[in-house]
Amino acid sequence: MTRPRVAMFRDHEVEGIVQDAIQVLHRVGVFVENDQALDLAREAGLHLREGRVVLDEQQVRAALETVPATIRLADRDGRTTLELGGDNVHFDPGSAAIHILDPTTRRRRAPTLDDCRHLAWVTQACRHIEAQSTGLVPADVPEFFADRVRLFVALCHCTKPVVTGTFRKDAFGVMKEMLVAVRGGEEALKASPLAIFDCCPTPPLKWSDLTCQALLDCARAGIPAEMVSMPLSGATSPVTLREMVVQHCAECLSGIVLHQLAAPGAPIIWGGSPSGFDMRHGTTPMGAIETMMVDMAYAQVGKHLGLPTHAYMGLSDAKTVGWQAGAESGIGVVLAALAGVNMVSGPGMLDFESCQSLEKLVLDNEACGMALRLVKGISDRSADQAVDLIQAVVETGHFLGHRHTRTHFRQELHFPGPTVDRATYGDWEKAGGLESFDLAAQEVSRLISGGNPAPLAEETRSELRRLIQAEARRLDLEGLPLT
Amino acid sequence: MPNNLSELLPQMQQAVLDGDEQEAARLAQLALEQGFAPLDAINRGYLPGIRETGRLWEEGEYFLPELVTAAVAMKAAMAILNPAIEREQDGQAIGTVVLGTIQGDIHDIGKTLVGTLLSANGFSVLDLGCDVPIERFVQEATQIKADLVCASALLTTTMLSQRDLVLAVREAGLKAKVMVGGAPVTQKWADEIGADGFADNAVAAVEVAKGLVVHRAA
Repeated sequence: MTRPRVAMFRDHEVEGIVQDAIQVLHRVGVFVENDQALDLAREAGLHLREGRVVLDEQQVRAALETVPATIRLADRDGRTTLELGGDNVHFDPGSAAIHILDPTTRRRRAPTLDDCRHLAWVTQACRHIEAQSTGLVPADVPEFFADRVRLFVALCHCTKPVVTGTFRKDAFGVMKEMLVAVRGGEEALKASPLAIFDCCPTPPLKWSDLTCQALLDCARAGIPAEMVSMPLSGATSPVTLREMVVQHCAECLSGIVLHQLAAPGAPIIWGGSPSGFDMRHGTTPMGAIETMMVDMAYAQVGKHLGLPTHAYMGLSDAKTVGWQAGAESGIGVVLAALAGVNMVSGPGMLDFESCQSLEKLVLDNEACGMALRLVKGISDRSADQAVDLIQAVVETGHFLGHRHTRTHFRQELHFPGPTVDRATYGDWEKAGGLESFDLAAQEVSRLISGGNPAPLAEETRSELRRLIQAEARRLDLEGLPLT
Repeated sequence: MPNNLSELLPQMQQAVLDGDEQEAARLAQLALEQGFAPLDAINRGYLPGIRETGRLWEEGEYFLPELVTAAVAMKAAMAILNPAIEREQDGQAIGTVVLGTIQGDIHDIGKTLVGTLLSANGFSVLDLGCDVPIERFVQEATQIKADLVCASALLTTTMLSQRDLVLAVREAGLKAKVMVGGAPVTQKWADEIGADGFADNAVAAVEVAKGLVVHRAA
């Protein structure tokens, strides 16, 4: 069986990009704002020039040597459900939206803690989306506390591994404690990570205090760090796509060096959220084809270096769930799958990574299912006799009653969920003549009406509640609805 | 060897659910050899299998291949049990059906599926195949005193001949009801041409056919 795939470069072209990136790190260096990281750099004998860490090829190659090629994530119950590595493809909802699409008004509004719960419930039900994300920033919690609360809600309402991150340096401690509480110990958490933390360098070539700290904290805790490098074509990076990929590569290589200095062998993911900058509106279109091209290109570089990969694909810049949302998201997940991106963040997302829609999430789940079917490829079952089979169909006229059909159709054919319309016109009309969004809204409201599909064991839940409430007290935030 | 039929009944039901044609036939043969009443085998063994198949279909658990293989298994059992019933009594189907894809149209999967499900549900079905001229529908329906004439069409162009079929059946003075179906066909179209029945899919067609036959009997 051949796995269908796309490549943006030939091998020697990829190596050329890596060489250019190493030259960038050597001649330009990377700005590091974090004192701990700078201390580590000094101790390791890295060269510092005008506040920038300057690297040579040997230092970069040494760091790459110790990075694990695959990361196995386990769900809340300890079952390994995701393996990031090779050409495996997994999806999670696009994260950290500051708006949610209201299905009634079809306009965005501020998300609440209830919305965070509902996102977790819907994610639990999306069978092609294997990880959850802390995908909404609840407006009914102070923003400086929201990172911790989102993780608390995610862990209490969905069993899937979590893609998350910190908004403040001091958030990591309690977030890690919550993960340890669920897993039952620090070593157990290292052995079977339950969450991935996003760490976003600032383009061009800067590791801010916060993200650098997250990188180091993750490394020490053995929690996979996901570098989200985001060059913007012609704005914060060169406009030419190859040079964007070089910049992405340089930022990520520098991240790996710092990360591995903190804990050699700690897991880290070659990720990103680059974007083709829109030269009229000044926006960062995630649905732009150049965005997806750069995603696929840097993923190829990451694979070349033997690293687990990530990309923000399967998102749209549309404001509502119509043609643009479907086309951009569908193209995104298909290309991500063909490129073999291990962790694809995006489903549900609209409006430049700022608005999550539960209805779109349910619809995108179907696109993910199609993409996953695509990369399973066409199987070559040598036991099957094409000639005999075709002879039989010529004799009987059709294959619906043939044993061969009954034996294989479930593996060969992808079965979409209730939001994909394949009914006859009459059946569709009888069912109310609904459009995609209406079907998705029906499905979301069905899922939400069922309540928490994945309640956490009471003992663990009260431990998490104790942790988050102690944190709230520490921050003088009492009386939040944290249940 | 089974001493009583009740040991065989669950196996009969399972053979239908599994769409296992050979097993369904083997059990039917065994039932006859043991001297069990063929009607009991049908009503308490195979038919519950078909009903369960229908339930699984409705629930979204079963798809067309399971539906059709179940029907094929049912038919295989019926082919063995029916002659025995006819010997015992006037073996009566719940209705006789003449079925075909209308002239000019060679698409016959949908039509064959309807035919298979109708026979699995106790109808006696004469399948005329595809590209069937109007006159042939009328001729065959007259000959076997059909209760139902069912015509399928996949194309919007051939669909128009369904109107001629309804007219021809009425003009020939037949009492048979006419059912139409096929991808472009709608209830509105069926009403417009004066057809007696329409269904969107093969499973629904069985219920519509049953309704028309009961109606006729009453």
